[in-house]
Amino acid sequence: MTNLEKLNAIFCEVFGVEVSALGTEFDNKSVEGWDSVRQLSLTTAVEDTFDIMLDPEDILEFTSYDNAKTILGKYEIEL
Amino acid sequence: MERLLERKICLVTGAGRGIGRVIANQLASDGAVVYAADLVMDDMEPWAAEKSTECDTKIVPVVMDVTDTAAVKAGLMSIHKTEGRIDVVVNNAAIIQNQKLGMVTKPMLEKMFAVNVFAVIDMMQIVSRLMARTGGGSIVNIASITGVVGSPGQVAYSSTKGAVISATKSAAKELSPMQIRVNAVAPGIIKTERFEELYEASGDKIDQRISRIALGRLGTPQDVANAVAFLASDRASYISGHILGVDGCASI
Repeated sequence: MTNLEKLNAIFCEVFGVEVSALGTEFDNKSVEGWDSVRQLSLTTAVEDTFDIMLDPEDILEFTSYDNAKTILGKYEIEL
Repeated sequence: MERLLERKICLVTGAGRGIGRVIANQLASDGAVVYAADLVMDDMEPWAAEKSTECDTKIVPVVMDVTDTAAVKAGLMSIHKTEGRIDVVVNNAAIIQNQKLGMVTKPMLEKMFAVNVFAVIDMMQIVSRLMARTGGGSIVNIASITGVVGSPGQVAYSSTKGAVISATKSAAKELSPMQIRVNAVAPGIIKTERFEELYEASGDKIDQRISRIALGRLGTPQDVANAVAFLASDRASYISGHILGVDGCASI
């Protein structure tokens, strides 16, 4: 499984969507049920999967699929 | 018979001396693997080697500035990677400065809050995420009876410890769903090396305070360590958000 596939699997699991739903439009404004609890579930799963510790600022910025990819880049996770 | 904390992975901050050192000794005696953190290495290496043998466990000295978030994060990640989990964190590192209200300086106040409060919250924030990955853990914060009842000459110090108590209660509520227990020990007057110095300076006033300890004696670092070991252990598995006074039933 590639890192991108791992990230996609996390989003699909947390939000209960198909991979095809993920894209630039997938963010906390357009996705129903993307609240702070869901966001923490998302970041916890990302930390577990990639064995990293996100800074609080990055957790706050984890508000879209695109942001997630950018933030993982900061932690040298190649997608 | 299995020891109280057999094979638990514990981190104790401020373990280089005083109460922190005694806490680390107690956890090791109870079978824990102890990461003993302090600002400087000082005599920690020979102590750790000797105590590890004596207690048939592992004590690992760690140099860590608890106010350096990046260092704390790196230190915790390193322990987590080495041991596979962190079961217990004892937030003991603290600054104690006694000043009358009129003599409290802003830089000292900020420094005390940085070490005594912000670093504790920082530690809880980071370690709770690691503990959550492995099914839970126990955080024990060292507060003070002055944080509950106040004390003249300790406006700055007692306010930091009051904050520790509030943070403990709120964190306990927030982290319970992840099976992370958060408690605090609130020592009364404890006979430490620093206390001996204070006693030499103002013994009369301290004698008055000792007379108000119902159990009729000063506390010892071992009294505090015993309470910490209990809260860290599974014997306290249904206790969270509790502030355990270790004060001899005092009214200071």
